[in-house]
Amino acid sequence: MSIQNGTILSVTNLKTYFQTEDGVVKAVDGITFELKRGETLGIVGESGSGKSVTNLSIMRLIPEPPGKIVDGDIIFDGIDVRKLSIDEIRKIRGKRIAMIFQDPMTSLNPFLKISTQLMEVTQLHLKHSKKEAYQHAIKMLEVVGIPDAENRVNSYPHEFSGGMRQRVMIAMALSCEPELLIADEPTTALDVTIQAQILELIKNLKEKLGTSVILITHDLGVVAGMTEKIIVMYAGKVFEIAPTAELFATSANPYTKGLLKSVPDPAHEQGTELYQIPGLPPDVSNLPPGCPFSPRCEKVQDICTREYPPFVQINENHFSLCHFAKEVYTESLGESRVSL
Amino acid sequence: MAENVETVKGTSLWRDAWRRLLKNKLAVFGLIVMCVMVIAVTIGPAIIRWTTGFTFDYIPPEGELIKSFPPSLKHPMGTDDSGRDILARVLQGGRISLMVGVISTIVSLIVGVSYGATAGYLGGKIDNFMMRVVDIIYAIPYILIVIVLLSVFGGPNTPEWIQTIANFFGGGQGLSQIILLFFALGLVSWLTMARVVRGQILSLKNQEFVMAARATGVSTTSIIFRHLVPNALGPVIVYATLTIPSVMLSEAFLSFLGIGVQAPFASWGSLAADGIKNISVFPWQLIFPGVTMALTLFSLNFLGDGLRDALDPQTRKF
Repeated sequence: MSIQNGTILSVTNLKTYFQTEDGVVKAVDGITFELKRGETLGIVGESGSGKSVTNLSIMRLIPEPPGKIVDGDIIFDGIDVRKLSIDEIRKIRGKRIAMIFQDPMTSLNPFLKISTQLMEVTQLHLKHSKKEAYQHAIKMLEVVGIPDAENRVNSYPHEFSGGMRQRVMIAMALSCEPELLIADEPTTALDVTIQAQILELIKNLKEKLGTSVILITHDLGVVAGMTEKIIVMYAGKVFEIAPTAELFATSANPYTKGLLKSVPDPAHEQGTELYQIPGLPPDVSNLPPGCPFSPRCEKVQDICTREYPPFVQINENHFSLCHFAKEVYTESLGESRVSL
Repeated sequence: MAENVETVKGTSLWRDAWRRLLKNKLAVFGLIVMCVMVIAVTIGPAIIRWTTGFTFDYIPPEGELIKSFPPSLKHPMGTDDSGRDILARVLQGGRISLMVGVISTIVSLIVGVSYGATAGYLGGKIDNFMMRVVDIIYAIPYILIVIVLLSVFGGPNTPEWIQTIANFFGGGQGLSQIILLFFALGLVSWLTMARVVRGQILSLKNQEFVMAARATGVSTTSIIFRHLVPNALGPVIVYATLTIPSVMLSEAFLSFLGIGVQAPFASWGSLAADGIKNISVFPWQLIFPGVTMALTLFSLNFLGDGLRDALDPQTRKF
């Protein structure tokens, strides 16, 4: 597959709400972004910021009820995903859009052999016969670097370690060579060395197959080396979109800056406190009228609690949701010059 | 990655459970008794007829007919008031009793598992409606349902398809009555099974592997029957083993009342009913069918308890 510069996925003003006893939870509230073929997009945010719900919405996997995509467009390769019937979307799931989940320990069915689970995908989507599917399963295990694939394919998930199971999940996701791979915190449950291996694997396979990737994580270190573009989410909204390098160097949003500062630095002086953003993530069913981050923001002004902030364009690819986006950007520019 | 990886043969869940079952003495006793019982009722009556030269009804050949003869070498359990050998009758009755237990349990398995799994997975309003239906049927005494079913569809009113099945197995009215009994008992014993399965599915359906299966485009039916039901199999097997004795008991109860199995067929219940008429004079006519049945029910319950302990990871001892 060759890398084309067309847009593979475009999400416009997506709103996914959940009806709960305490009122409507606006898990995703007006998200807009675009993903090009072969591009890797990182979505970063705290727990409950709507990262996973965004991606479950793309795959139409939101549990209904209580959840519902109330507004917005999801266009995948020219197809309006929201208008598809369940049977049509099923043909896309696993074949053209695949997903890797957070916890490899629970995302494989403990009662079925690895082979059965790998074969299911290709039998379903590529109409493989049993024999073809079996051979394909072995091939995929080899691709993701499982040694002795021919024998291991007949194992049960509990005979595999966490890292190996995540490799199996990746093998399963890539079996049909999907055009879009959504990785929902693929390394959160793994230790650091395995984490690096898995990320490297996703990166290599992505380059080999030309797959577009959406990488969801709350670990800024993970997205740094992997992605071309990053979306920072907070309270169901996009707070900042920027190319990766630019976001790290010259962020235009106080929240992003807080997140970057919260990453523990190995050179951190012992005895002094680690930085953290004060307060807790907001209750999305009951947001303040102004900026949802205002109660925790260091640079909060009167206008922040009163008025909802504008989505400011800093340059061609850099947007930030803040009343003082330009000021914060200038400040960041200054800091990055100092550090240079 | 390492080059030389030794493949370790893992112990599967089932082998593990089997090992633990063998450590449970009562369960092993139950298992052995059940094996012996199944073999005995399958080939026993034929062997007795062949070795002793009894007639088709297990009556000794002409001239040797003794009615209500006490236990002896020739008749280890004595004879009944028509002169039939009770051992042979008990074995033949056991065939029906066990068959009622097993077939009704299979019916309850099929209905209960599909019903419970569907309700549990779909959830919401559908689940609510389906489980209220179960509650309503639960509220009616099940013996009453069976009696009504048997009296409405029994005798001359037997539906044609049941008669067809009965004729296929070479039986007449008596056999279709038994087949009706299978279905009637099966249809009322699936309720608890449905609840057990629904509970299991409810706790399983939010696991990530279900989401992963949905994300790969697997259909709802496949998710329920391929991914979820096998995971719920442990409790289902246990409950099924415990359903067999309870269904057998219901059958005995109905036959004892004269509604269930009828002559010329026999079951442990109907044999006990025959025996009770003469209990003060010829007690063996009641004791032997009764004891055999009690032994079987005990064994099945022991086996079921043993299986529950063996399959439940919480009580796992290493």
